[in-house]
Amino acid sequence: MAVKTLTIDGKHVSARDDQTILQTAREAGIRIPTLCDLPGVGPLGACRLCLVEVTGVPKLLPACVTVVQEGMEVQTNTERLRRYRLMIVELLFAERNHVCSVCVANNHCELQDRAMEIGMTHSRFAYQFPKLDVDTTHGRFGIDHNRCILCSRCVRVCDEIEGAHTWDVSGRGANARVITDMNVPWGEAASCTSCGKCVQACPTGAIFRIGATVAELEKDRTQLSFIVNARENKQWLG
Amino acid sequence: MQQRIVIDPVTRIEGHAKISIFLDNEGQVSDARFHVTEYRGFERFCEGRPFWEMPGITARICGICPISHILASAKAGDGILAVQVSPTANKLRRLMNLGQITQSHALSFFHLSAPDFLLGFDSDPATRNVFGLIKENADLARRGIRLRQFGQDIIRLLGGSKIHPAWATPGGVRSALTEEARDDIRARLPEAFETTQIALDLFQEILEKFGHEAHVFGNFPSLYMGLVAPDGSWEHHDGHIRFVDSARNTIADHLDAKDYQQYIGEAVEPWSYLKFPYYKPMGYPDGIYRVGPLARLNVCERMGTPRADAELAAFRDAHGAVNSSFLYHQARLIEILCALEHIEMLIEDPDLRGDRLRADAGVNSLESVGVSEAPRGTLFHHYKVDPNGRLTYVNLIISTGQNNVAMNRTVAQIARHYIHGPEVKEGLLNRVEAGIRCFDPCLSCSTHALGAMPIQLQITDHHGDVIRELRRD
Repeated sequence: MAVKTLTIDGKHVSARDDQTILQTAREAGIRIPTLCDLPGVGPLGACRLCLVEVTGVPKLLPACVTVVQEGMEVQTNTERLRRYRLMIVELLFAERNHVCSVCVANNHCELQDRAMEIGMTHSRFAYQFPKLDVDTTHGRFGIDHNRCILCSRCVRVCDEIEGAHTWDVSGRGANARVITDMNVPWGEAASCTSCGKCVQACPTGAIFRIGATVAELEKDRTQLSFIVNARENKQWLG
Repeated sequence: MQQRIVIDPVTRIEGHAKISIFLDNEGQVSDARFHVTEYRGFERFCEGRPFWEMPGITARICGICPISHILASAKAGDGILAVQVSPTANKLRRLMNLGQITQSHALSFFHLSAPDFLLGFDSDPATRNVFGLIKENADLARRGIRLRQFGQDIIRLLGGSKIHPAWATPGGVRSALTEEARDDIRARLPEAFETTQIALDLFQEILEKFGHEAHVFGNFPSLYMGLVAPDGSWEHHDGHIRFVDSARNTIADHLDAKDYQQYIGEAVEPWSYLKFPYYKPMGYPDGIYRVGPLARLNVCERMGTPRADAELAAFRDAHGAVNSSFLYHQARLIEILCALEHIEMLIEDPDLRGDRLRADAGVNSLESVGVSEAPRGTLFHHYKVDPNGRLTYVNLIISTGQNNVAMNRTVAQIARHYIHGPEVKEGLLNRVEAGIRCFDPCLSCSTHALGAMPIQLQITDHHGDVIRELRRD
C-alpha cells in the first residue's frame, strides 16, 4: 500500500492510494457537504454537492469518487464552489415538491440540513411542480416521489447491504424515477424483503413508514453502519 | 340613482373580505353583500396524498384554529382505520380543543372586538385596535393577552408548539401530558377564571351601553346547528348534531356527522368564493342556519358545568331564545368559562395518565367524516381513500362558511339601519364590520384561503359605477 501526500485547503495531508478526496478530507477534519454519500455503501457521485477544485484540472471533481493522487492541490470551499453548491440545492428544491412544513421528515431531513448549511433562503429557479405519485401499496412503507432527490441511496443499500436489489432507477433526466422490481407497485415487488433499510437510508421523507405524520420520521443510520461493520469485521462468526 | 358602498378590506377578522352596499335612487340601502375574495383549493391539491398526513396538511389552512382542523382530520382518519381511540387519547384531544376554544375566543373578544366596545364604534380608527385598548385599559388588555396565552400554552404543552402541532393523528395522539405540564395548567387556572369573570361583568356594561347595536346587529330568526353531548349538554368534540329553530325548538336531533350531505346543502353565488351552506329540508336561502358559540348555546340544554350553567341561565333569562348576533360575544365568554371548568376537571382525570395513546391499523374503510366544534362553529372533514390510503376525494365544510348567509343578512340589516345616502361616516362603516366580527369569521379557513384581513368598502350606483370607496390595508 502506497501513501500519497497532497494538500487540501492548503493543509498537508497523507492518504492511502485507494482513498478518495472525501475520505481523506474527513480524516483531516475538513468538512465537504454531501447528500448522496452514505457510510456503508459505495459512492456514486449523484448529488454533485461534494465537488472540489483541483489545481491543473479545468473541471470540478466530485470528492466522493475521485481517488487521491500524489501532489494534488485540492480546494473545498472556494467562492465558485459555494456558488455551485447553493445552485445545486436550489435546483433540488425546484425540481420536485418539497414542502417541509407538512413533511414526515421535517427537522430530520438531510436536504433541509444541507440547505441550511449552505445558506439557501429561497430557490431562484422556477418550481416545476411535477405531478408525481405516492406509492403506499407496500403496507408498511411508502415512497413519495415528490420528495425524492434521486440520490440512489435506497438502490445501493438494497443491493449492497440487503442483497435484494429491489430498487433501481428508470428513465432519464427529469423523467428519472426510483422503481421497485421491474417498475411494479412496491407492494407487488417480489424481491422486497421488507427489511426497511431503504427507509433508514433515504435522506428526505421520500421513503417513509406508513402512518408517520409531520416531522415524525426519525432515521437511524447507525443501524446500517452497524450491519456493515459487523459483516466486514466478521463479528457474527464468534 | 342606485349606488353601491364597498368596504374593502374588512379589518380585525381572520382573512380577506370586501363588503358591497347597494343604494337605490333615493340613497337608501337596497342590498348588501359580504364577499370573500380569497381562494386556495386545499380540497383539490390534497387528492393523492396519504390520509395519515391530513392533520398536518389541513392544519396549515389556518394559524388561528389549526387545532380544529387537526382534530376533525384525525377523527376522519380514525374512521378510515375503523378504530376507536383510547379514552386517554380522546380526553387529551378534548383538552387540546378546550385550549383552542379558550385562546381563540380570548383573541376574538379582547384583541379584535374589545377596542370597539371600550373605545367606541366612532373612535379614531388609527387607535381603535389592541394597542389603543392597551392605552385605554392596560390591565384588561394584559389579562386578555394572558388568557389567550393560557389557551395557547395548553396546546403547546400537549403538542409541542402553539401553532400547527402535528400531534393528533389517525388512531390517537402522539404524546401525553406530563406531570409538570399538568401542574402548570393547574397553577394558571385561577387567573384565567378571574379574567373570564371580569370580561363577563364587563359585557353587562357593554350591553347597557350598546343596547341599540345589540338590537340591530344581525338580529333575525334563523336555525342553529351544533354538536350536543348524548345527555343534551354543551359539546365541542364528540356527541351528535342537533338543529334548533329560532325559538330553540329542536327540529332535528341525533344526526350523524357522516350523513351531513343529507341535511346540509351548499349553494354557490358568483360574487363570493365562499359557499352558502343551508339546511337541506328547508332549501336555500330559507334553510339559513348559524353555527358557533351562540348556536352551541342555543342547541344545548345546559352547559354541564356549574358556573357556566349559572351564566347560561342568566343569559336565557335576559334574552329568551337568543337571535341577536351581537350576543355571540357573550356566548363566547360563557364558552370560555365552560372550557376552563372542563379543563379543571380533565387535568385531574385518571384516564389522562393512561399510556395507550395511538391505535395502529391499516385502511379498513374507504370513506369517513370527522367532525369537531371549532371556536367558530361545526367543522366537517370528509375523505374518501383508495385501498392504499391515498385520498381520492376531500370535502371540508367550514364553520365560517355555514355562517355565510347569516353574515350577509347581518351586513344588510346594519347597513339599512345606519346608512342613508352616499355620505357615510367611518364609524357607521365600522359598525358594518363589527357586525361581521360578531361571527369571528375565519376566512382563511372558510375558503381554505390565505392571509390577514384588511377591508374595502365601495358605494356603487345603479350603473355599476363606484361613487365612493374606503380602504384600509
